[in-house]
Amino acid sequence: MTASLLDARGLVVRFGGVTALDGLDLSVNTGETVGLIGPNGSGKTTFFNALTGFVRIAGGRAQLAGADITGLEPRRIAARGIARTFQRLRLLLDLSVFDNLMLGQHLTLDHGLWSSVFARGRFAAAVRGQAEVARTLLAAFSPGLPARLFEPARALTMIDRRRVEICRALIRDPALLLLDEPSAGMTPDETAELMTDLLAVKARRPALTVVIIEHDMAVIERVSDRCVVLDYGRKLAEGSYAEVAADPVVRRAYLGED
Amino acid sequence: MTATIWPALAALLVSAAGVLGLLLAEKQWAVIAIVIAAGVAMLVATRLGWDDRIRRSGGAHACTVSGVALALVVATAFVLREHNFALLMLCTVLLTIVAGLGLTIQFGHAGVVNFAGAAFFGIGAYAAAVLATKTALPHPLVILAGGVCAALIGSVLVLPLLRTRGHYAALITIAFGILFKTFLEVNDTLGGPQGLKVPGFALLGHAFNDPIAIDDETEWSFYLAYAGLSLVIAAAAYVLVRRLERSWIGLAFDAVRLDETAAAAFGVNVAAWKIAAFSIGNFLIGLAGAAYAMMTGFVAPTSFTFGDSLILVSIVILGGLGNALGLVPAALIVVLLPEKLQAIQEYRFLLFALLVIVILLVRPGGLLPRPMRDYSAGEIR
Repeated sequence: MTASLLDARGLVVRFGGVTALDGLDLSVNTGETVGLIGPNGSGKTTFFNALTGFVRIAGGRAQLAGADITGLEPRRIAARGIARTFQRLRLLLDLSVFDNLMLGQHLTLDHGLWSSVFARGRFAAAVRGQAEVARTLLAAFSPGLPARLFEPARALTMIDRRRVEICRALIRDPALLLLDEPSAGMTPDETAELMTDLLAVKARRPALTVVIIEHDMAVIERVSDRCVVLDYGRKLAEGSYAEVAADPVVRRAYLGED
Repeated sequence: MTATIWPALAALLVSAAGVLGLLLAEKQWAVIAIVIAAGVAMLVATRLGWDDRIRRSGGAHACTVSGVALALVVATAFVLREHNFALLMLCTVLLTIVAGLGLTIQFGHAGVVNFAGAAFFGIGAYAAAVLATKTALPHPLVILAGGVCAALIGSVLVLPLLRTRGHYAALITIAFGILFKTFLEVNDTLGGPQGLKVPGFALLGHAFNDPIAIDDETEWSFYLAYAGLSLVIAAAAYVLVRRLERSWIGLAFDAVRLDETAAAAFGVNVAAWKIAAFSIGNFLIGLAGAAYAMMTGFVAPTSFTFGDSLILVSIVILGGLGNALGLVPAALIVVLLPEKLQAIQEYRFLLFALLVIVILLVRPGGLLPRPMRDYSAGEIR
């Protein structure tokens, strides 16, 4: 039996009178890729926000590798090894691609006042080392990206921005990667390309655990080992893509068939 | 391809000549001519793309160019050695740049607003007045203590500042600035509305307030010594701010300013970095205030009004928010012009307001917009 990396039990999140998550149970095993689907407003992004500490959890608990992370601040959860992307990209567009990736490395960098001001040689060496790490990671996604390391993120196309955001989440080698609708704003071809990259990363890092929110069912079918369907903040169905897609309850709620 | 050093050197020499001319000019038409020439030069340089070449050349030869800039300030001060008023102006510009550097870290880098710059300048000034009068602390330490006091008293504002954002945070700092001035006016130990006298700076037995006697006939202005002091402080503060900007600390500041959510998602302690930026900034502003008080020999509440805080903010915006180098032209304009052009003295607040509005409309990045941090060009220093 594989150990479960993420274990959420009875998660409740309320916004005023609206219950966004209504006692959600979800566990994810180490190395697994779970696709999270459901209609708009079914609580998928809220689930991510609850896990990463951006919304208050009103009930239930979440554990990462056996340790409780319920109610921790976002930065502490990041330190436990959860990295995420955002549905609407949150790159620092005025900064270089390199600086964006270095935000992902924040917890490993030296922020000492003295060394920052006086040990410039050490800082220069750190920049060279990190630039190498960044280039290698970017090259795994697109051969053209490493050359653009010192261009502003604003100069990149949508798909490259997505790639950089995913690299920013991957650079510190997280235990759990949360991808919030990576296909948003991209063409089907671009999405397919991005998923190929993602599968390649998964092949190299078998322990990487991924939860991916996606509307594009082709993406879910292709990348996920298991599928979880949310509706009204609850788990509606769970299983392989084929099982879930065939489930009459899911078809009614999500695909709008009766 | 590496850039040659010449564009940066040429720009420096032309600027230095202009500043020297402005400081020495006595006729109003001469002042106006220099200002117009500077404006035209800036426009032409931008149109022809010279600004980019100058920046790249300066970046590739940062050490030499900084050395030359330093030497040019020393040379300017030396040329002005017998002109009290011009030297006082030079010192004021340098210390204003130091205060602007503090605000640059706060506002420009970490995005923490501070509309009480003059109050923190005042804290440094009053701290210097009290410490230099009441204690035997060596004067360099008095100036450092001025900065430390400003940073410590600033920490009173930390909690309300962290709990508010945007306009509300701005209002809190405005309220603090006004409270500070009122407090000074009613506090008799600190001299009330009359203020306090501040002893002149002394280093290793040399009193900076004594004229520098060269021989029987020639005497150099005592402000020359203060120009040296101001230059040392300004150069150190500039190097500090530039190095912090180009370090992982600077990146953390930028992340906090640009996107608190993304920053927190990657482990950035947003509150701690805001406090750090606010404190370092107030330290520099207080440092400038302490040195300024020891130079002018006098502090009073009327020098630290909300209007003065606004002037500091307008310098930072005018120069290019976040760009330390932009403070130089901005401080020159804001400090020198009203002194040199008597016609505008009365209307200076109005004119600065107009200037900031025009800059924000036609050149939103400021006179010298902050370039993106780029480690691929030149060495990291």
